[in-house]
Amino acid sequence: MIKEKYYISGFCSIKEKKVFKNGNQLYVDSESDNLKDFAKGIYKYLELKYPKFHKMDELCKLGFLASEVLIKDMKEVDQDTALVLSNKSSSLDTDRKHQESIQDREDFYPSPAVFVYTLPNIIMGEISIKNKLKSENAFFVTESFDAEFVSRYSEILINTGKASNVICGWVDLDNDKYDVFLAFLSKKGKIELTKEELNNLYNQ
Amino acid sequence: MKKVYLVADNIISPIGFSTEENIENLRLNQTGIKKVDDDYIWSEPFFGAVVNNDKLSKAWESISSDLGYTKLEKMMLLSVSKMIVENPSLDIVKCGIVVSTTKGNINNLKGGLDKKAYLSSISETIQNYFKLDHTPIVLSNACISGGLALAVGKRMIQSELFEDVVVIGGDLLSEFTLSGFFSFQAVSNEPCKPFCKNRTGISLGEAAASAWLSSKKDTTKKEIIEITGDASANDANHISGPSRTGEGLYISIAKALKEAGLDSTQVDYITAHGTATPFNDEMEAIAFNRAGLQNVPLNSLKGYYGHTLGASALIESIVARHCLINNEVFTSLGFEELGVSQSINVITKNEKKELNRVLKTASGFGGCNVALIIEKVAS
Amino acid sequence: MAELREELKEKLIEQLSLEDVEVSEIGDNDPLFGDGLGLDSIDALELIVLLEKDYGIKLKDPKEGKAIFESISVMADYISKHRTK
Repeated sequence: MIKEKYYISGFCSIKEKKVFKNGNQLYVDSESDNLKDFAKGIYKYLELKYPKFHKMDELCKLGFLASEVLIKDMKEVDQDTALVLSNKSSSLDTDRKHQESIQDREDFYPSPAVFVYTLPNIIMGEISIKNKLKSENAFFVTESFDAEFVSRYSEILINTGKASNVICGWVDLDNDKYDVFLAFLSKKGKIELTKEELNNLYNQ
Repeated sequence: MKKVYLVADNIISPIGFSTEENIENLRLNQTGIKKVDDDYIWSEPFFGAVVNNDKLSKAWESISSDLGYTKLEKMMLLSVSKMIVENPSLDIVKCGIVVSTTKGNINNLKGGLDKKAYLSSISETIQNYFKLDHTPIVLSNACISGGLALAVGKRMIQSELFEDVVVIGGDLLSEFTLSGFFSFQAVSNEPCKPFCKNRTGISLGEAAASAWLSSKKDTTKKEIIEITGDASANDANHISGPSRTGEGLYISIAKALKEAGLDSTQVDYITAHGTATPFNDEMEAIAFNRAGLQNVPLNSLKGYYGHTLGASALIESIVARHCLINNEVFTSLGFEELGVSQSINVITKNEKKELNRVLKTASGFGGCNVALIIEKVAS
Repeated sequence: MAELREELKEKLIEQLSLEDVEVSEIGDNDPLFGDGLGLDSIDALELIVLLEKDYGIKLKDPKEGKAIFESISVMADYISKHRTK
């Protein structure tokens, strides 16, 4: 297989009440004591006007906000940009909420607005809707961020013409602990895409 | 670019514990959907397709005496074990493994067994059971998972990560998912009726299946079947409602056909998603018409299996392989009269038919869609 | 009835996560779907749950919802006639 070179043209992360873009701290919030308020703070900081945001579950909010930070300064994102996301806890944060609503047969009111978020790939649906991305989606569940698999899978998408660019990364939420990292992969950029480089940026 | 062949498979479902038994029951138009009266799943009787627990226990005893596995794990491990027995040349230890599931052991949340509810626990179970060199990757992509997992397996072989990939899919019929689909007003009060005027929603099902993808075609004694095209696309429209224009499905089909080097007139048969919800089936009819596929014979197997979520598109692709090998198609069970706004060619009786190329499609929550082209390789 | 209408507006904002909307901004006769509040199909399903959970009304056919959820006024009328709790 002829291997073209691909690049990490941007990256961002949300961890420990901070938001980073390309390695630089963009936003910090030491005040909020819950994830919902923290996410709302980032939403306000980014000056977003997107009522659908408030309907998302917390996992989607995190992935959505990270994608907004990542593409903030881009003129437009190509419709063929694929999404390759992964995490450890799937949608368990919301799964537990749905389970709570059906735990008691005498008080059994499952909510459609909760149930729809009991699938981790909904994050990619939300990002696709916002940015009109009509492209490849795949959501993988692994014990920890698998930079090798994610980069190889992303490469093959671009290499076979299935996508022009890839937004890949890790969006995990479990019992209020979150860890979010997204990278924009394309044919142009300064940082060459290797599994080591992707892993380094994730661990920054 | 390497070619990728679908060389072996197994299905564990309410209508059989081997692919052959499944095909035989499809041929007899036997459905796995029946009235289920099981208080563990639902307080009232409902229509669904469940794997019989006693039958599963008995089959499980034939391969292991260890009872420390969940129902889903037993189904998945049994499926792979059977495929290994039937294919001595399959060296599972060295294979790349993709596990396709939407909810895994989610029913364990009910009893507070949080640890088993993590999807990676299934990956760990499979790795330990078969002493695999590589940790299985779990794909959880709503109702397209099983079809997308085949595409992922194909791509893993094409990117030269592996020579061989085994795709394992499975989901249970649980109170968790059933209650959710009830809250969506999407469950049929009789066995589901895909594409029919009288359809009112889905019947849920449970099943596991496995498929061996290889870059080497000499691994099978049967007719050689290749996956020649695959693509997935998001509707970018709504997180639960199917697109009114069939956008993502149309794009997926167009891209998969392009990769396979085919045009729409060369497709012999479509094994559709056909969940039997009013909006899904309508969306599919629109997408097939946009793609110029309105005259191609089409069926949905949901009338036999119910909707088995992460297993469904995998099972339907496996059945497609055998339809190609046997040159036959099965009636779209539950269908009486066309109930979509655009014309499509629903199969209403079993038929022997020369088949060379099959289109498999699936669509799911999150606006995701997948299309696969599965072809007979000319000898 | 005015009280029920206010109560419904508050519930809508809470249940449907309409964070940027104030009670005073929802008119009694504003359409809830389409151009009005811009609710979607999941919201409609959520309102069916709300009817059952808070007012003990179980719709026989979910399609009935379309007419009932036309506006706050129509909803309040329907609830006051059919509520069992």
